[in-house]
Amino acid sequence: MFSSIRSLWIVFKHMFRRRETVQYPDEKPYLAPRYRGRIILSKDPDGGERCVACYLCAVVCPVDCIALQATEDEHGRRYPDFFRINFSRCIYCGLCEEACPTYAIQLTPDFEMAEYHRNNLVYEKEHLQIEGQGKYPGYHFYKVAGLKIGGKDKGEAENEDKPVDIRSLLP
Amino acid sequence: MVTAFYIASAVAIAATIMVITRTQAVHALLYLIVSLLSVAVIFFCLGAPFVAVLEIIIYAGAIMVLFVFVMMLLNLGPESAQQERQWLNPRMYIGPAVLSLVLLIELVYMINQGLATVYSPTVVAPREVGISLFTTYVLGVELAGMLLLAGLVGAFHLGRRRERREHGTDTTTQAADTESSPNVTVGEDS
Amino acid sequence: MSFQGSALLAILVLLGVFTAAPGLIWLERRLLGLWQDRYGPNRVGPFGIFQVIADMVKILTKEDWIPPFADRPVFVIAPGVIIFTVLMSFAVVPVAPGIGVVDLNVGLLFFLAMSSLGAYSVVLGGWSSNNKYSLLGGLRAASQMISYEVFMGLSLMGVVVMTGSFSMWDIVMAQQGMWNIVPQFFGFVVFLVAGVAEMHRLPFDIPEAESEIVAGFHSEYSGLKFGMFFVGEYLGMVVVAAITTTLFLGGWHGPWLPPIVWFGLKTFALVCFFILLRAGLPRPRFDQLMSYGWKVMLPLALANLLVTGAIVVL
Repeated sequence: MFSSIRSLWIVFKHMFRRRETVQYPDEKPYLAPRYRGRIILSKDPDGGERCVACYLCAVVCPVDCIALQATEDEHGRRYPDFFRINFSRCIYCGLCEEACPTYAIQLTPDFEMAEYHRNNLVYEKEHLQIEGQGKYPGYHFYKVAGLKIGGKDKGEAENEDKPVDIRSLLP
Repeated sequence: MVTAFYIASAVAIAATIMVITRTQAVHALLYLIVSLLSVAVIFFCLGAPFVAVLEIIIYAGAIMVLFVFVMMLLNLGPESAQQERQWLNPRMYIGPAVLSLVLLIELVYMINQGLATVYSPTVVAPREVGISLFTTYVLGVELAGMLLLAGLVGAFHLGRRRERREHGTDTTTQAADTESSPNVTVGEDS
Repeated sequence: MSFQGSALLAILVLLGVFTAAPGLIWLERRLLGLWQDRYGPNRVGPFGIFQVIADMVKILTKEDWIPPFADRPVFVIAPGVIIFTVLMSFAVVPVAPGIGVVDLNVGLLFFLAMSSLGAYSVVLGGWSSNNKYSLLGGLRAASQMISYEVFMGLSLMGVVVMTGSFSMWDIVMAQQGMWNIVPQFFGFVVFLVAGVAEMHRLPFDIPEAESEIVAGFHSEYSGLKFGMFFVGEYLGMVVVAAITTTLFLGGWHGPWLPPIVWFGLKTFALVCFFILLRAGLPRPRFDQLMSYGWKVMLPLALANLLVTGAIVVL
């Protein structure tokens, strides 16, 4: 009986508390840079696309929402012919970002992607590709990994280290 | 008021006929409630608002709810309606109809004896009802009180829990249980 | 007192009541929000007040579906009963000197009669839906309302003994000097609890307990019929608040302000208190409800009546 009255009094006192609700559309909440929201494809500092169409993201995706088709340009550089993410399936787990060897695919702190039609949730490459470098500014995959061009293998140019021998224990 | 009286009477009679002829029990009960309500209106017209309201509270409000409650528990299906329909054939009417006819004749005879008075209601206030209950009819009130007390004791006796262990039994029955049940060691001295 | 039971007044009271009910829905949601550290509806119009209209439009345009397995006539009658009885209860409420529908010399009993008839709405609604959850809700409602009616009436008898009249107007006039809540405090408490249980408002909303029996007696109702149950519940809250104001809180009596304002303020405060009950208390189990009623409330009401009677006689 008294505990009931006490709980009534406690609830009544909450009248003078601050309200916890965030008035969302008027007042945007802070989202951390590592928030896992809408997926984008980033570009090199040179403006070339980072994606090398290795399929790792598509393989690692637990809900199979990424679809792409690799192709090559005239220099033998792989790039995706199309790159498609079905956001009605995506669970924003971020595994694709972890799997990506070139930091091309990244998750951004943006979640406002509601649509009236489900088909609009399928994002094509032109929707995913951004003109910036995303979370890793200045990173250029081929500057780090080296590049084989006609008549020159990896690590054979001046001022270029040999590639790491991944089958050896020696440094 | 006289018009209201006749309307209410007509409703009461119609509703009561419907009570008898319904095959579905809950529908019959609904008509019975309507009948009781119209009887209450009749009381009101005749200048007994206290009795009218008590009629609604006690009969329509409490007893009929209990009836409906029981009907809901019984879960009467279509087959019981079928049975009712069989019971409602005209052959079954004869007995009650004859008896009612006797009553009707008696009633008409009584009215014709000159007992019927002119319709001139005097409003009986609750205060007067109370005063007459506790002076003129005090014996009746006391007897009714005794009856109710007996009913209360009986209900208590029937509703008492005994020799049954559930979690949530009160401490007294639990104590009785532990003493009576052999497989529970009560104390060191046993 | 110049009492005018005109049809105009009746219509005015009816209109006031009917505008109060949807406003209450908004009020309840806002107040619950306030007490739970959130906002409640605040988007539609200033302070979200037009949420009421939006809700009305929604509920009126919904499909009014009668299940094929339901008992059709009873199913249709049931929601009407609650509206009817609750509105009839307003007839005996004295709002202010000269404002009120009727002055019955059995006004208090009339209120009790109407509230006891209100049980049919729930019971029949539950039965006619032909659904086991609804049936359980109806059964619970029947037993709850019958048992709480008993001491609801008994708790009021103390007031009647003190005043010597069943008329609501006489009772208000008798509270000129001191409100009945002071000498009849236990009666007040018992009546408040019984009133909440009788209108099956939230701590005692066992007939519709969503977490146990879906929505209880109105599981199968939709559209306007559901709306009638809903409005009936809110109107019931207003009725209980208004009757409590009349019987225990001195009706329209109060200093400085005009009587009708005092009546409104007291009723409003009680309605807010009912909403606080909803915000603050958990729903009891059914057997707890019953034993609470019969083992605590009934003896309390009887003792209150006994002591009041003794004091009045001496």
